Parts: sequence; structure tokens; C-alpha cells
Amino acid sequence: MNFWIIQGLNGLAFGSLLFILASGFSLIFGLMRIVNLSHGAYFMLGAYVGLSAIEAGVNFWIAILIGGGAICILGTVIERFILRRLNGQPLAQVLVTLGIAFIIADTCVWIWTGDPRPVPMPRELTGAFRVSNLAFPIYRLFVIGVAFALAAALWFLLERSRLGAMIRAGVDDLPMARAMGIRTSLLFSAVFCLGSALAGAGGVLAGPILSVYPGLDSDMLPLALVVVILGGVGSLLGAFVGSLIIGFIYSYGQALFPDLAYVILFLPMVLVLTLRPTGLFGRQAI
Amino acid sequence: MRAPSFNLLSWLIAIAALLALPWLVTSDYYVNIASQVVIAAILALSLNLLIGFGGMISLGHAAYLGVAAYLSIYLTAHAGFGHLAGALIAIGATTVLAMLFGYLALRASGLGFLMITLALGQILWGVAYRWASLTGGDNGLGGLKRPHPFGLNLMDPAIFYYFALAFFGIALWCIARFVQSALGQSLQGTRDQPRRMRALGYNVWLIQWLSFVFAGFWGSVAGLLYAYYHQFVSPQTLHLTTSAETLLMVIAGGTGTLLGPVVGAALVVILKNVVSAYITRWLILLGVIFVVIVLFMPEGLVPGITRWVRSLRSRPRADKAADTPSIAKDSAR
Repeated sequence: MNFWIIQGLNGLAFGSLLFILASGFSLIFGLMRIVNLSHGAYFMLGAYVGLSAIEAGVNFWIAILIGGGAICILGTVIERFILRRLNGQPLAQVLVTLGIAFIIADTCVWIWTGDPRPVPMPRELTGAFRVSNLAFPIYRLFVIGVAFALAAALWFLLERSRLGAMIRAGVDDLPMARAMGIRTSLLFSAVFCLGSALAGAGGVLAGPILSVYPGLDSDMLPLALVVVILGGVGSLLGAFVGSLIIGFIYSYGQALFPDLAYVILFLPMVLVLTLRPTGLFGRQAI
Repeated sequence: MRAPSFNLLSWLIAIAALLALPWLVTSDYYVNIASQVVIAAILALSLNLLIGFGGMISLGHAAYLGVAAYLSIYLTAHAGFGHLAGALIAIGATTVLAMLFGYLALRASGLGFLMITLALGQILWGVAYRWASLTGGDNGLGGLKRPHPFGLNLMDPAIFYYFALAFFGIALWCIARFVQSALGQSLQGTRDQPRRMRALGYNVWLIQWLSFVFAGFWGSVAGLLYAYYHQFVSPQTLHLTTSAETLLMVIAGGTGTLLGPVVGAALVVILKNVVSAYITRWLILLGVIFVVIVLFMPEGLVPGITRWVRSLRSRPRADKAADTPSIAKDSAR
């Protein structure tokens, strides 16, 4: 029984990290029709930047802001100066983000070498949380809390704010939203900036659990893709549920069938694509 | 088929040059590179079927190369199968995998297709990387001896080159025939006007799926040759970077032309070998090439340069190259 609870919490923690990554990816895809293949690289670069900040003596919480902020700036620059030039050419945009992902990944190996580097945990969150004979790392509980808070905040932003109404209008019908006088250009920048910042900050947050290593990007990116395929495009709820499903499958899979953990990831994709190609909560086919 | 209009003479010269290559370049090193080019060209030709003729941008084409290579090495060197049986099973099983992947990926189109192929390909990479008891994990799988078909000694670089070249010739012929066949023509119809094709009564899904499986089949042939050439396979073969390199061969040579991917394969393989001799940062260069091509030469390097040269020679006819389908101009769905 303990095994199931502990692995369930591990799955929840991993799913939380995935949600932080995939929510931005899904929003960007839903609104801008850009498959940002750099998203995994943003995550990894954010983690490395945060690590360097911590090694330079910065507090963990500030490091999250630095990691998120750095990637936010990088993402905004890329969006403004490269992706915008390719407006209306989705495939060209995908290929550019793929190229940028390679450049970032290799630059990270160059700067931070090829060895895995654990990101130190903030001192106030070390230790374990105990209930009767169960022990679970406090940090992972904290990550779960962050993801739920983020989900609530994003929900509030999307469903209850003026900006969110504009984003939803853009996701549903971009030309019409533009015709209604919504400045979609600013909206695009805002969403891309938000998604990049989430990826970067999520990377730092993931550091103490996953540690940072070359290849973290190509480990996380396909999982984010699977989450979006499962949950549906541009749907916050879909990203949330999809992340948790993949988190659980991954966590239980690795504990029960360590060799096959990746094979099992095929199953939800096969099921969803066969039975419901729009994804669980998507309104349009991807 | 909008290939550059090769007349009989240029074909003969090209064939003679390919056949004479081992005599022209005396060093085994260059003959081996030529073998790599030929194998990569088969893979690029098969991917171009999807991209150039079908308008389906796949970022998971390394799957067929890698799975066929893994299977053939595993079956022959570790499971006790003979060379012929191992090769046939590897190609057959990989083609079945292409049937499944095609079914899944074609549930979507455009960007969704791209995302699904990428995700499936990377999951396979994860399987090869993590399922160490079967695949050897990061260390890869080796121990394959090149076969001796009809008493040929494939360990000799020149003989292996001819062996691979023979497969390349068959692949080129089959793919050219496919493109000209009714199925290939309707595939190009579904690329340009899927809705109209559907209204005309064509089964768009089936046309795309059959083409996908056909491309997967030739990808697995390339994988078999890859396994024989390297006698080793590692998860890197299945990685997104391999798919991206193949994609680069296709768009560098110009999509939708029959011979463009062959030129692209030669460019990418030679560039990679030359660059790797001097620096270790191939991946950065790959990324930069992608960005530069998309931003400045969206129709591909070869058509781009051809257009540039042609416009220097005769300015009025400079807009001819606009006919080749450009990767940038395709719409999302």
C-alpha cells in the first residue's frame, strides 16, 4: 500500500513539473499555432541558469526568478525577431524552433559540460514529511503545491481576466478576434513571454528532483508533446489532466516495469488518438 | 515529377561517375563516405515521399532507420537468426511499425502530424535508451558481421559501396515509379488539394497511409544497410537529431524533386564528416543551418542556388523556381 501512495505522490510531483512545462507549450500552440520545439531546451537552459545563479551564491527563490526571467527575455527576443518574420508559415516556424533547440542544447553542453549537475534544494524545504509510517520529501510536496497554485492562477487569468478573454477569443478565432480590435500582436508576445518564463522557472524548480543534464530537453519535450496530444490543444484543463496522467504512468511504470516505462507511454497516445483525436478536452483536432 | 530535365546523356554520365567512384577516389576513407551518402540518400528519398510529394512533415523518420538497424543486429548477432532471415524480419517488422505509426500520425494533419511523429520517434529513442537488457542502452548494440551474399566480401569498402549503390538504384527506381504511378499522382493531389480530392471520391486517408508505409519500408531498407555499414547501432540513431538531419537533407536539396534529397544527403553527410574533423559542435551548426535555410532559402539550398544562378544568367525567367513546393509556403492544415 505504501508503495502505491509513495509512487502516486512521485507521479503527482513529476506530473506537476510536466504541467508547468506543458501549460506554456499548449497555450503558445493553441493561440499562435506555433509548435515551439525549443520548449524543452528552454526548460533545460532555465535549470542551468538557475544552477549557475545558485552557485554564485544567490538564494534558491531568486534563482527561480533569474531562470524564468532569462528564458522569458530569450523567448521574447526569438518571438519578436525570428518567429514574427515567419508569420503565417507554421512549418517554417517549427523548423526554426527546432534549429534553435539544437543551438541551445549544444551551447549548454559547451558551457556546463556533459556531466549531470544536481541543483541544491532550498534549505527550508529539505527533509521529509511524515504521516504514521510514510515519509515523503517536503520539496516534492512543495512542487505539487506550486503546480496546483499555478493551475488556479492560470485558470483565473484565462477565465476571469480581460487578458484571458482576449486569449480565449484568439484561440477560438484569430481573424475575428483581430477584427474586433484585439491587438493580437501584443497578445502573442505576452503569451510567448509567459510560456517561456514558465518553462525556464519550471526548469529551476525541477532541478533538485531531476537534476540538470544534457538530454534533459529531449527527455521533457516529447512528454510535453504527449501531454498536449492527450489533453487537447490550447486547453488548460487538458494540459493539467494530461500532465497528471503522464506523471502517474511514468512514475508507476518506472517503478513496476523499469525497462518498459517508455513503451507504456505509447498506450495513452494510441487510445486517445484512436478514440478521440481532438484530445480529452480539446475542441479542435490537433 | 518536377525533376530537373535530365536527358539520357546526363543520366549516363551520372551513373558512370557513381560506378567509377571507387577508382576515382583511391582512399578507403572517401569510399566509405560515399557509402554513407548512398545509405543516407535512400533514407532521404523515402522521407521526401512524405514531405515533398505528400506534404506531411515527419520529424520521426529516424524511427525506421533505427528500428530496422536494431532489429537486424539483435536478430542476427544475438538471437541466432541467419543473415537473410534477420534482414527480412527486420524490414517486415519495421514496415508493420510504420503501419501503426502511420495510423496514429494520420489521425492529425499538418502540425499535429508533425507533433505525433516527433513524440513517437522520441518514445522509441527512450525505449532504446532505457531498455538496456534488450538494446544495450547507451552502449548500443554491436557484434554484427557483414554478410557474404553471393560470395561477395562486403568487408571490402568498394564492394560494400557497390552493394549499397545497388540498393540505392532499386530504391530510386521504385520511388520514381511510385511518384509517377496513379497512387503517387493522387498523393500529390492530396498534398495540394485534400478537400477537392476527397470531393472527387479519393480516399485521402488511405492514399496518405499507403505512402507513409511505403516510405517506412524504404526507411527500414536504409536502416538495414546502416546496420551492415556500422555493424553497430546506438540510441543516437533513433534520436530527433537523426530525424532532423534527414529532414535537412530533404529541404536542403529541395522538396518535391526526385533528385534533390540525393544532393542534400551528399551535402549533409560530407559536411558532417568534414566539420566533425575540426570541431565537436556539429549540433550548433545543424541548428544554425536550419535557421538560415528557413529564413533565407525557404525553397531549399539547391533550388535556391539554381534560381540565383539562373537569375544571373537570364533575368526575365527568374520566377520559375516558385513552382517547387516550398516548405515555408505550405499551410498548417
